[in-house]
Amino acid sequence: MGIEYFLQQLVNGICLGGMYALMSVGYSLVYSIMNFSNFAHGGVIMVGAYVGYFALTALNVPFLPAFLLCGVGSGLLAVIIERLVYSPLRKRHAPSLYFIISAMGASIFLENFVIATIDGTPRNYPPIFDNRINIGGISLGVDSLLMIVVSAVALLILMFIIQKTKVGLAIRACSYSEKASTLMGINGDLVIFIIFLMGGVLAGFAGMLYGMRFIVKPTIGQVTNKSFVAAVFGGLGSLPGAIVGSVLLGIMEIFVASFNSNLRDLFVYGLLILVLVIKPSGLMGKVVEDKA
Amino acid sequence: MFSWYYIEGILIQSCYTLLIVLGLSILTGYTGMFSFGHAGFVCIGAYVSILCTMAFGLPYWLSLIIAGLAAMLLGAGLGKITLNLKGDYFCIATLGVGEAIRLIFNNLQLTINVGGKDFLLDGAKGVASIPLKTTLFGDWNALSNGDVGTFLSTLFSSALFIVIIFLTATALLMNSKHGRSMLAVREDELAAQMSGINTFRSKMLAMCMSALYAGIAGGMMAHYFGYLQPKMFLMTKSTEYTIMVIFGGMGSITGSVLGTVLLCALPELLRAVGDWRLVMYGLAVIVIMIVRPKGLMGGKELPVGRICRAVGRVFTKKKKDLPPPDGGSVGEEASV
Repeated sequence: MGIEYFLQQLVNGICLGGMYALMSVGYSLVYSIMNFSNFAHGGVIMVGAYVGYFALTALNVPFLPAFLLCGVGSGLLAVIIERLVYSPLRKRHAPSLYFIISAMGASIFLENFVIATIDGTPRNYPPIFDNRINIGGISLGVDSLLMIVVSAVALLILMFIIQKTKVGLAIRACSYSEKASTLMGINGDLVIFIIFLMGGVLAGFAGMLYGMRFIVKPTIGQVTNKSFVAAVFGGLGSLPGAIVGSVLLGIMEIFVASFNSNLRDLFVYGLLILVLVIKPSGLMGKVVEDKA
Repeated sequence: MFSWYYIEGILIQSCYTLLIVLGLSILTGYTGMFSFGHAGFVCIGAYVSILCTMAFGLPYWLSLIIAGLAAMLLGAGLGKITLNLKGDYFCIATLGVGEAIRLIFNNLQLTINVGGKDFLLDGAKGVASIPLKTTLFGDWNALSNGDVGTFLSTLFSSALFIVIIFLTATALLMNSKHGRSMLAVREDELAAQMSGINTFRSKMLAMCMSALYAGIAGGMMAHYFGYLQPKMFLMTKSTEYTIMVIFGGMGSITGSVLGTVLLCALPELLRAVGDWRLVMYGLAVIVIMIVRPKGLMGGKELPVGRICRAVGRVFTKKKKDLPPPDGGSVGEEASV
């Protein structure tokens, strides 16, 4: 394996990992506060990819507005799902099991709604950035570079919001203890609204990037299972963990695929089992103690 | 409108789905552990059973038992490493295992040579021309012809018969000490442990039983469809089984039966609306979670015994209503 080949695969891996990171921070944000795995996230990403596709083909808007439109569409969808599906459960203090089932229902609904209204055939994005540039022997697609830059910028903004602003403080407080922070005067509903909005916007971006690089079809939501694995790998509920886990998973997956492309999915799920057996809290997760 | 062949197909499908859901009901409904990888156990059962019948030429009923035991072994192994994980993590682990099993069969290229005959497992292409063995009732004609051997062997491969056996077994298990321990684990694991219940053993038992059921059902499924593809065991299948348990009501056997039969028949009845049926399915799940999260039966059992007695009373009363030979005693009875 030459060094150029190695670097090429590394860049591909970071590119894939960045996309996983955009998806898995949505999972992790929701998990950190509401303590359940939001399986409807895949549907939100898929809808984002479709919004981008139709913005580019039917509305003929340029790339940047289409990209923003994706974020807006997915963000809205995520918030609507929260209001209609999770909110009634939250008011009743239902166990997290019910949240998971509802999330599964929502994901079945979204996937089949798209199949019923649009259709199930895979579509290709119109080529936007299909030229390549050469840096020191590594040939890079502009779309891959864009993916890395966009993921990095979006994640940096997210980290800034979480770490430096008052809203971020509220989110961190809620993830520590929702009950106590509500007693301190934090509006828990508003915080949950904001995390769903932020997760949804990033999901929309991820959907469009995924569609540009691969394909758009109703089942692409299932790709998010891998970003979910990444979130577990990095530590469920931890934002930096989700990002590090995603990038590492992306790189490892690309290298396994370059070795034998049939093994890539098996590797991902094998890694999940391994992580759960050895260190369930992941790389940077909160240590979960069972409180009596 | 519907031919018997079509209805029989739906009933057989309901039967083996019910077997899976019963197993999952032990794990989820009674012990409170969520599995999103149950399709993996079904997958193992299906492949092991076709290996037995097609490569080794074993009888169908024996292959079902071996399939069940293979799945149970896997369940025990999985339980050993994951049962100490809490809540969501266990469910994530089962998700990973379920997908991993499917992907292994997706990539497995294996030729088995038994007695000069080649048997080929061809990855994602799947296996075709599996002998169709699963029937609904068994061959009752053979009994009237006096061929007891054939009758018995078909009876043990009849979907309905197998399901009835396992329904009884589940009911007995749930009314035993072990069943009560499982319920205690679901309600409060810590408290159960304090009262001297070996919670790990209870969970392990639930896991093994539920894998056994799924394995046997997998064998039935393979010999009903006649072909097998790893694609048939996607994670969405596991979700569907879990939804059936929830829909029927957690911790209720009759609830699981009702939930399974309704949810198996519903997509068939809704076939007229085409693509929209799964949309409604998803919507129904959300609405149930909001409106009636306890499910149809809400943890209670349909009083099967009382219904049987009531039906019996109706029939015996009819006999009494017949005019007695001496006549006039009907009015007498009414006055009493």
